[in-house]
Amino acid sequence: MNPPTHAPHIHLPTDIGQIMNNVMLALIPATLLGFWLYGWPAINLWLVCVLAALATEALSLYLRGLTVRPTLLDGSAMLTAWLLALSLPPWAPWWIAVIGAVFALLVGKHVFGGLGQNVFNPAMIARVVLLISFPVEMTTWVAPVPLGSEQAPHFLEGLAITFTGSGTSFDALTSASLLGHVKTEFTRGIDLQTALTGYFIPHEAIWGWHSGSLGETSAVLLLLGGIVLIVKRIITWHIPAAMLIGVLLPAVLMHALNPSHYLGLVPHLLHGGLMLGAFFIATDPVTSPNTAIGQWVFGCGCGLLTYIIRTWGNYPEGVAFAVLIMNATTPVIDHYFRPRIYGRNRKGEALLP
Amino acid sequence: MKLFRLPGGIHPHTCKTLSSDQPIQSLPLPEWLHIPLQQHIGAPAKPVVKVGDLVYKGQVIAVSQGAISAPVHASTSGKIAAIGNYPAPHPSGLPIFTITLKPDGEDRWLEQEVPNDPLTLSPEAIAMRVNAAGIVGLGGATFPTAVKLNLGRRSQVHTLIINGSECEPYLTCDDRLMRERTMAVVKGIRLIRHAIGAQTVLVGIEDNKSQAIAAMQFATLGTEIQIVPVPTLYPMGSDRQLVQVLTGKEVPADGRLADAGLLMHNVGTAYAVYQAIYLGRPLVSRIVTVSGGAVAKPSNLEVPMGTLVEELFRFCGGFRETPVRLLMGGPMMGIHLTNTQVPVIKGTSGVLAFTAQEISCNAVSPCIRCANCLRACPVGLLPLEMAAHIRAHDLNGAIRLGLKDCIACGSCAYVCPAHIPLVHYFSYAKGELVARERIKLKQEATRKLAEERIERQARLTREREAAAAARQTAKEKQAKALAEAI
Repeated sequence: MNPPTHAPHIHLPTDIGQIMNNVMLALIPATLLGFWLYGWPAINLWLVCVLAALATEALSLYLRGLTVRPTLLDGSAMLTAWLLALSLPPWAPWWIAVIGAVFALLVGKHVFGGLGQNVFNPAMIARVVLLISFPVEMTTWVAPVPLGSEQAPHFLEGLAITFTGSGTSFDALTSASLLGHVKTEFTRGIDLQTALTGYFIPHEAIWGWHSGSLGETSAVLLLLGGIVLIVKRIITWHIPAAMLIGVLLPAVLMHALNPSHYLGLVPHLLHGGLMLGAFFIATDPVTSPNTAIGQWVFGCGCGLLTYIIRTWGNYPEGVAFAVLIMNATTPVIDHYFRPRIYGRNRKGEALLP
Repeated sequence: MKLFRLPGGIHPHTCKTLSSDQPIQSLPLPEWLHIPLQQHIGAPAKPVVKVGDLVYKGQVIAVSQGAISAPVHASTSGKIAAIGNYPAPHPSGLPIFTITLKPDGEDRWLEQEVPNDPLTLSPEAIAMRVNAAGIVGLGGATFPTAVKLNLGRRSQVHTLIINGSECEPYLTCDDRLMRERTMAVVKGIRLIRHAIGAQTVLVGIEDNKSQAIAAMQFATLGTEIQIVPVPTLYPMGSDRQLVQVLTGKEVPADGRLADAGLLMHNVGTAYAVYQAIYLGRPLVSRIVTVSGGAVAKPSNLEVPMGTLVEELFRFCGGFRETPVRLLMGGPMMGIHLTNTQVPVIKGTSGVLAFTAQEISCNAVSPCIRCANCLRACPVGLLPLEMAAHIRAHDLNGAIRLGLKDCIACGSCAYVCPAHIPLVHYFSYAKGELVARERIKLKQEATRKLAEERIERQARLTREREAAAAARQTAKEKQAKALAEAI
């Protein structure tokens, strides 16, 4: 007979790998759209990211004296790489992806003690490090050139763009993202309406047909993936709802007060990494609070900070910074927002009979 | 009736249909019965028979010791073959004091007088008879029932709750009991109500037992007993959780149900009370569900206490495949049996034999703080954080987070995608706490002894000095007197 074991003797048939796989499945629509919109260089970038992350994960596990296989196969490293890739400019050079993936896994994850121990979201920490270290490469965007269209780079050109940084049509296609464009125009003293003219086409923006990061542009597909995750109970709705409200409330308010200076609700929602951040980044269980109320606080914080950084900060986009700042507050939020224990009041004292 | 929400809880696959259609069958008398003297919470019973004694079925073979205890009766007529250590139904397999009985096959009852109308008995008399019948809580906790009845009378209980929820997967013994012996159960409930003087009686039954609900509703038409279907949500059968769902009340931490004017008994206990008082039959057998994917013919059996688990499986046609795990009790809170040579006791609601498919033996992976455990916890604890504190040997931290409030229902470990044995952590920590308390008591005692010793020595010194001084004065007085005399 087997050695004694402890109750419960039955178990829900899920594991960490399944959770990671479900998140990746939910990312597929937005990713495929990114591949289609930005062509071969985007596919190359994603591949480089994933391979570099898996290699780093394997090396880290080996150095830490752990069995490599089970953890490598649990999908967590791949998911980190995937999220990082989606937040990079689609035609970024290969070394951006490599540095980002290595940093995410090595410093963002294993330095803290591996899966479940990291304080900050590894993908976002890598993105921010890249943004600060290589601002030019990290803010060079391309306009969508769908695979199969005339201007789209073919396979070899794609390799050249990703691995040598050269490309025939590359320069002609560069184009600022909306949030970046608005910010630049403001510094030139141009008001919002003028800046947006011809730049913001709502029906294209909804599907993600505009320049931006690889997988961040399609708000609709990201929302779809997010809803799937909520329905499958991989994440709860609290953080996404709170984060969207955290951005939308001030956006509506400020836009109403001064429409010529503050972007309205729709551009905030459809541009930048808000949707990816709200459903896939901020909801990372490792770095977000546990309780529903804590998640509300956390999500609202992420949203508000995103709005503040986008509106008054030096960077056009604030999701990564906002999430990282709120990650740091997670232990504090968890400390203050605990569930009430049965038979006790909120302070933990026994209820009166 | 308005029900209240239970925070947390889980929906494990119940697997009850394996045995729910099996009527209760009587297990034939086995060749040997091994009747442990500790079948309840509290002090073990003290044997009052000798090896070689002939006993009748229902005869007391061990009496209760102390305030919380219960007597043990012979499960059939026969000869006492041995009194000594025998493996207990416990994962450790450690032996406990057990009386071994060799049945004579006659199954002769020790006839006892029964009252004409039990409902005219005084509450004290009912409690006394229940105590004499060795009845303990048959829901699994095995708390002596008479103690609870007396407590109920003293604490002015207004609501009696009968627990027919049977929330553990696989178990169907209470379901069958309510369906087949409905009137007896209802009579038992009325006796308990009479014994504690409660006004309201609520019988909570999980809504997946529609036939039991229908039978009980029919049998209680026009009575003060209210049958309340409750949602099928584990751990509905836990007393505090059922109270919460039925009444919306929370029992204060460190408090008892009686403090809130409530008392809870299991349906099986009500049936045992009926048998004891209407028929004069002490608790010598119980209904046990034999189930699990490895069992050839899952069944519900009426089993004499002390029957080896092996006999139950044999009666059910043995195993269709080699089981990978044997359990006593349900899969959520039951204990792992390392072999089948252990006896059925009063608290045995089921014996299960699981195939590898039913048991998930997944490797433990790191906690990703998904908080599923927290959402599943019906008590509002933070299992993931408690486990982290215990891993770091920070028991005080775990206690601050509510370790002592944990009811060990296993919901957290059930849902954990990392397969962390959370309940195991908490059991370990609770064990450490007990050990720590013991060390503290010991240290306290040592300190007290040392203090007393110092005090005693000081007193002795003082007394010696006083005596010396007295002698000195006496001597001086004598000298003075002598001088004066001269």
